Amino acid sequence: MLVCRKWKLSVHGLLPFTVGACFDAIIILEESDMKDTVEIRWHGRGGQGAKTAALLLADVAFKTGKYVQGFPEYGPERMGAPITAYNRIGDKRITVHSNIYEPDFVAVVDDTLLESIDVTHGLKADGGIVVNTQKSRQEILDRLQGYTGKVYTIDAREISEKALGKYFPNSPMLAAVVALSGVIEPEIFLNEMRASFEHKFAKKPEVIEGNMAALEMTFAALAV
Amino acid sequence: MKSTDINERSPWQDITEGNQIYEPATSRNFHTGEWRTCTPVFDSAKCTQCLLCFPVCPDSCIPLKDEKRGEFDYDHCKGCGICAKVCPFGAITMKEGK
Amino acid sequence: MAIRERLSGNEAVAYAIKQINPDVMPAFPITPSTEIPQYVANYIANGEIDTEFIHVESEHSSMSATMGASAAGARALTATSSCGLALMWEVLYVAASDRLPIVLALVNRALTGPININADHSDSMGARDSGWIQIYAESNQEAYDNFLQAYPIAEHKDVRLPVMICQDGFITSHGVENIELVEDGPVKEFVGEYHPEHYLLNSKEPMALGPYAVSNYYMETKRAQRQAMLNAKQVILEVAARFEQMTGRKYGFFEEYRMEDAEYAIVLIGSAAGTCKAAIDQIRETTGKKVGLLKIRVFRPFPEEELAEALKDMKAIAVLDRSEMFAATSGPLGAEVRAALYQAKAQAEVVNYFYGLGGRDITVDDFIEVYDRLEEIARTHEIKDMYEYIGLRSR
Repeated sequence: MLVCRKWKLSVHGLLPFTVGACFDAIIILEESDMKDTVEIRWHGRGGQGAKTAALLLADVAFKTGKYVQGFPEYGPERMGAPITAYNRIGDKRITVHSNIYEPDFVAVVDDTLLESIDVTHGLKADGGIVVNTQKSRQEILDRLQGYTGKVYTIDAREISEKALGKYFPNSPMLAAVVALSGVIEPEIFLNEMRASFEHKFAKKPEVIEGNMAALEMTFAALAV
Repeated sequence: MKSTDINERSPWQDITEGNQIYEPATSRNFHTGEWRTCTPVFDSAKCTQCLLCFPVCPDSCIPLKDEKRGEFDYDHCKGCGICAKVCPFGAITMKEGK
Repeated sequence: MAIRERLSGNEAVAYAIKQINPDVMPAFPITPSTEIPQYVANYIANGEIDTEFIHVESEHSSMSATMGASAAGARALTATSSCGLALMWEVLYVAASDRLPIVLALVNRALTGPININADHSDSMGARDSGWIQIYAESNQEAYDNFLQAYPIAEHKDVRLPVMICQDGFITSHGVENIELVEDGPVKEFVGEYHPEHYLLNSKEPMALGPYAVSNYYMETKRAQRQAMLNAKQVILEVAARFEQMTGRKYGFFEEYRMEDAEYAIVLIGSAAGTCKAAIDQIRETTGKKVGLLKIRVFRPFPEEELAEALKDMKAIAVLDRSEMFAATSGPLGAEVRAALYQAKAQAEVVNYFYGLGGRDITVDDFIEVYDRLEEIARTHEIKDMYEYIGLRSR
């Protein structure tokens, strides 16, 4: 089965900043022969929601019919300490129960981790990394020790504050990982996320639209 | 299975599950009176039926009927002597032996 | 119709508890099993089940209260990990000797010390002589399935022993995976209602439980207890057969993975089996070497004869232990497997490994190395030590 697809996304027109604006995108799918399971490693700090983001990704991938794993690496760490979480996503049942040492993709929720953690360690050269940062792409590239794969940067703070009025990095990071890894087709991802938000925030429609806008703005910002 | 069916010669197959005992008051079958080296003797003439002796007996060996105590249950009395100690009227005396 | 879900191992066990709706759950929190009583308390607070939750001040008390509830006639359970199980030690033996069909959701975690919160089997392996049935899981699915089978085994009239349902701390307890749940109706029918034959709150049959056993009775009582453990083998298979009818998922004493033509086998317990399976697939695809896995599900009662039969024709076997016992020979699983093979006069070379202590990770590559080593042992018939280590730093 082909799981990981390389795809291109282009956005026409203005970015949908207004609530309820529709997302107009053309998605070109390019199938490639990749392995059955896509492995993703998350770097974050305790309390920032990297574990929650990994579990959310597992959730949404599960809803699209995938086999999933979402698990954190547990230790005595508390708020602020660097933490790692993982995802395996594929079309076949996944039995491996070890940590991930050679991920296909890496997501960095907090760019201050680049100072202390070798975030590209073991990262596959034909994979990619997304870093949540307010710094320029070049500044991040300089810190990635010559990593040659795909490098995405996303300003989750700006997107989240515009879309939700507050800083919740999870929705933008989730969309960024989906865009980077291609584990879920963006359209299906957006539909599933809307259904999930509608279920979770039935009494707070503004949160639903805000979160959807955050996802869509992330896709738009990453369009290359 | 009755507890009386089980004894120190019973094979393991005849022991109840977890040694459970499915009947009440089986301790009556165990005659602790055999341990006695001193015996309380009851003198009904001196007894005023004040009933101070009855509640202090650790082995419930002083039977009570119609608010009156009767003769000792020697099957279970261990001869501890507490009843003789609490009796204000000298109605219980301890003698050596059974 | 099966329900497709994705749950962590703790969520899966809590969900099974919800479906069974047992009478009493005393529990005291300890990582990584804390979530189980937490989820159950939620179900109770939401009115979804009417289990009586008892807040206790220690694990000695949680197991004591579970025993008390079970003796009174209730279907009772608790959950714990690591040092929590150690604090139950005294009571574990009493529960088994009193023949109370309690279920314990154990989330395996290393025993202190040094203090550590991650997975190994030192907690449950330490309790292996307590008289409890022990069933282990590779995945969330198995933790759930095993839990559903626990009461039918424990409460069977030929058994009446407590059952420990074990899963690896964090690896499966906190990892989210796909799972197929059984609908409430079939679960209730499968587990059935509990009607104890003898119980303390039965006013029609006053009874005594846990009497003192002098030397003249103690040995006979222990032999009778052993019989219950022996009887459990048949019951475990019957319950598994019934479970297979309901779900299509097959269980036994152990799972054999690609063992039909295998020459080199690994024997282990728990979540690492999944990683080993991936290694086996990879080795067979790339080299064609005949490698297989025997994953122990039921450690107590230990399926000695069946295991020896399954392993007797191997050229070399590696037994992997996830707990120390400081014996000259090996770890607890190694000792049992060697004894079984010796008794069966099997000729296979056996090497024991310690792995994964205190949560040390074990990877597909580690397993590939073990199979390489087995091939070498079969060729040279040279085993340097009774035991070796996987992933140990050494000078």
